[in-house]
Amino acid sequence: MSSMQESAMKVEEKLYQNRYLVDAGRPHIKVLPHDKPSKALLSLTHTCPAGCYEQNERGQVEITADGCMECGTCRIVTAKTGEIEWNYPRGGFGVLYKFG
Amino acid sequence: MSDEHFDAIVVGAGPSGNAAAYTMAKEGLKVLQLERGEYPGSKNVQGAILYANALEEIIPDFREDAPLERHVIEQRMWTMDDASHVGMHYRSDDFNEEKPNRYTIIRAQFDKWFSRKVRDAGATLLCETTVTELVRDSKGRVIGVRTDRNAGKVFADVVILAEGVNGLVGQRSGLRSEVAPDSVALAVKEMHFLPREVIESRFNLKGDEGVVIEAMGTITNGMTGTGFLYTNQESISVGIGCIVSDFAENGTTPYGLLEAFKNHPSIKPLLAGSECKEYASHLIPEGGYNAIPELVGDGWIVVGDAGQFVNAVHREGSNLAMTTGRIAGETVVWLNRRREEMSKANLAEYKKRLEQTFVMKDLKKYRRIPDFLHANKHVFTLYPKLFNSAAQSWFRVDGIDKRSKEKQIMGAFRKSRSVLGLVGDAFKLARAWR
Repeated sequence: MSSMQESAMKVEEKLYQNRYLVDAGRPHIKVLPHDKPSKALLSLTHTCPAGCYEQNERGQVEITADGCMECGTCRIVTAKTGEIEWNYPRGGFGVLYKFG
Repeated sequence: MSDEHFDAIVVGAGPSGNAAAYTMAKEGLKVLQLERGEYPGSKNVQGAILYANALEEIIPDFREDAPLERHVIEQRMWTMDDASHVGMHYRSDDFNEEKPNRYTIIRAQFDKWFSRKVRDAGATLLCETTVTELVRDSKGRVIGVRTDRNAGKVFADVVILAEGVNGLVGQRSGLRSEVAPDSVALAVKEMHFLPREVIESRFNLKGDEGVVIEAMGTITNGMTGTGFLYTNQESISVGIGCIVSDFAENGTTPYGLLEAFKNHPSIKPLLAGSECKEYASHLIPEGGYNAIPELVGDGWIVVGDAGQFVNAVHREGSNLAMTTGRIAGETVVWLNRRREEMSKANLAEYKKRLEQTFVMKDLKKYRRIPDFLHANKHVFTLYPKLFNSAAQSWFRVDGIDKRSKEKQIMGAFRKSRSVLGLVGDAFKLARAWR
């Protein structure tokens, strides 16, 4: 679709609408230490609907889980490779949908 | 809270958990419901359409106070290419009935209302409480759960797992295997606000009438998936979803796909001038009948999305959730009254009862559809393109005679798919649909 590039936009602008209660210092998702990400882990840099995953200059995949909507996509994509540790946030923390 | 014993613990306060908790509490059982969100609905996402029938079976007079948005009087099914759509619309005044059949709802509000009913029926609800694992006795029977509240344990005769698509408790306890990336869809959605008069004039509605649009085609960029647009009272829910493994392979971002859908010339004018107030994402289990895990064991039952109860073809899920929740609740009440154990053998009654309902009958009917769509992704791009160019050729008056137009249209179909391919697709779809 030609409009795909044109309409590429910052996901941060979308997340800005949402309410979160961030559990500071206790991220509920962790990427395990690795040298080279698997194809599955690397795909999270575009598959995560909150854009939480980024590749650093050494090619490793990192996560900033603050904008996470807890959908579980990353958990399912990397279930076989075991490269991330995924838990729900502690009770009451995380995304708070106003409409859902 | 560890010295208290309950008849049943329900994990989760979505449609299936609320249906189960309500059904049991109403019959006098001592029920504890645990919800990880700040309030029921704060973690829950849906399109959302409410199918009245499933809720009527639980709360017959729900229309008196449930937060309903609009009753659906018109369904639009769109097949889209990049610039156009071919639509099948069904609108009927018959849907303006005393007890309408389908409503648009806003889940955060609806779930709060449902939860109020559950508590009024006598269940105890604990929010901001994440269940971390099942507690078993020496024989392996489930006798309770452990939560993240002071690592507390609570005990019950039976645990109903209404924990949703990411059912961590059940998975980590080995009750079921991980959901496969090719049998689950990722959907993203936005809530766009507009004055109700604008929505009513834009969609040709009066009062609480509503329209839903379901769309497929090049909008999913070659992936298996669909888009939707639902009218609420003062907002429009717009979203798009595709199979997770398709996203992983395709390289498209979910938000880019949603932006492109919103900017499609057929959608954009419907959203013009609106203010977006929320962006949400959620997984939808779409593996169908063959993906249904073990549903009962000693001391536990699975309901709703955790049990893969979604009819993806008909975009139904919440009604399957409420129905499985209700029937699980009824089964537990039945065993409780007979003073029977909540053993795997006795709880199998739940599965037996489900077999008699639309839930299992429909899922069984469409059991071949997920594989068909997975193996025939061209259905989502090739045919929409062909239908739309055929429509354009047919409706454009340009001096070309009609027979030549017919030839050109048929030629386009043959060229891109061959007669054998066309017949094969029709045959395979018919067989999967049967």
